[in-house]
Amino acid sequence: MWWLGGLLFIVLAPFVGGLLSGIDRKITARMQGRIGPPVWQAFYDVAKLLQKENLVVRPTQKMYMDFFLVFTIFTGVLFFSGGDLLLVIFALTMAGVFFVLGGYKASSPYSFIGAQRETLQMMSYEPAVLIAAVGIYMVTRSFQVAQIVHHPTLIIKDLPGVFFAFFFILTIKFRKSPFDLSTSHHAHQELVKGITTEFSGRTLAKIEIAHWYEYVFILGFVYLFFASNPVLGVAMALLAFFCELVIDNISARVRWQWLLAASWGVAFVAGGANILYLMLKG
Amino acid sequence: MGALSKSPWIIHYDGSSCNGCDIEVLAALMPRFDLERFGVINTGNPKHADILLLTGSINEQNKSVVKNIYDQMPHPKVVVAVGICATSGGIFRECYNVQGGADKVVPVDFYVPGCAVRPEALIDAAVAAVALLDKKRDAMKAGKA
Repeated sequence: MWWLGGLLFIVLAPFVGGLLSGIDRKITARMQGRIGPPVWQAFYDVAKLLQKENLVVRPTQKMYMDFFLVFTIFTGVLFFSGGDLLLVIFALTMAGVFFVLGGYKASSPYSFIGAQRETLQMMSYEPAVLIAAVGIYMVTRSFQVAQIVHHPTLIIKDLPGVFFAFFFILTIKFRKSPFDLSTSHHAHQELVKGITTEFSGRTLAKIEIAHWYEYVFILGFVYLFFASNPVLGVAMALLAFFCELVIDNISARVRWQWLLAASWGVAFVAGGANILYLMLKG
Repeated sequence: MGALSKSPWIIHYDGSSCNGCDIEVLAALMPRFDLERFGVINTGNPKHADILLLTGSINEQNKSVVKNIYDQMPHPKVVVAVGICATSGGIFRECYNVQGGADKVVPVDFYVPGCAVRPEALIDAAVAAVALLDKKRDAMKAGKA
């Protein structure tokens, strides 16, 4: 039944991701003293985008976003069907690369800058994700997600530093302030919309759906640290999501130098120290 | 099903207004009126927008800019002229460089008079605009079929 998790991910993740995205907007509005849109707003948005005209600079730019969606789904399917964690990370990077290439292909200065910033963001979060995989291997002696979830103790007990480093880069993956450099949900200018500036209609809807899949995959990764206690795992994943909303609402966008220094600093100091401790402990 | 009317994203362009109407447009998005509860997002990007809000009169300098923004918006789209300047040129109508209202360059669907425009009138226009968006979508589909 190894394929069941993957199949459930393909079918259910868009609903969960879209709903999370709607709850995100509702809670954000409440934090700002507004009523906010209905929780189904994310679905309305995508339904609308599917009906709009699809304007493109070059027809091939659509293809890159198709691959972005396919590889994002592939990442999640590998993860939820209990595949190899390293392969999951490579697939995630592959999806990111297609997203960047799509931005470059549109050849507009805004999406070009967005693509460059997205590359920097990928560079920033990659060490923390790899350290998370290494740390999980050192605790559970396996890269197979199927075996990691059946580890008898809470993985986070041995990996608090690694988890902190991973939590730090969640802001990048959720595209929240202060690290929403490449493309932001709160964009009032093209430069801030970055990589998605030149995408519209059906293609923009696909990008949005890919982000929903990404949401669920990332929260799944958070769950992995608490896998021996499923209730705690789900609760912590949702708590991590809520923390991201708070951070999004209380912080301003930072420069890329700060982003790179901070995420690498946290990854190598907190994550690295944690790994070093595990190595010395034997 | 009116998917378009549930998620109208706006782009706002200030032609040559005194900023009075622009402040009213932004005020409508603030907590007191909170247009986002109807799904409205201020995008700032013509390729993501459904409704073009124009404030201020059209002059020789911004003529091409307004035309360009309109052309970059994907169909179906609606144009709303906000304030008396965008409607007819207002008190600037007689100026040597002013051509008149927004309808000199792009097809305007709704005129919202006022100096400056009231938020209530603006919300009224937004509601009327989303209804027209659905109509235009249906017309677009019929044209394609």
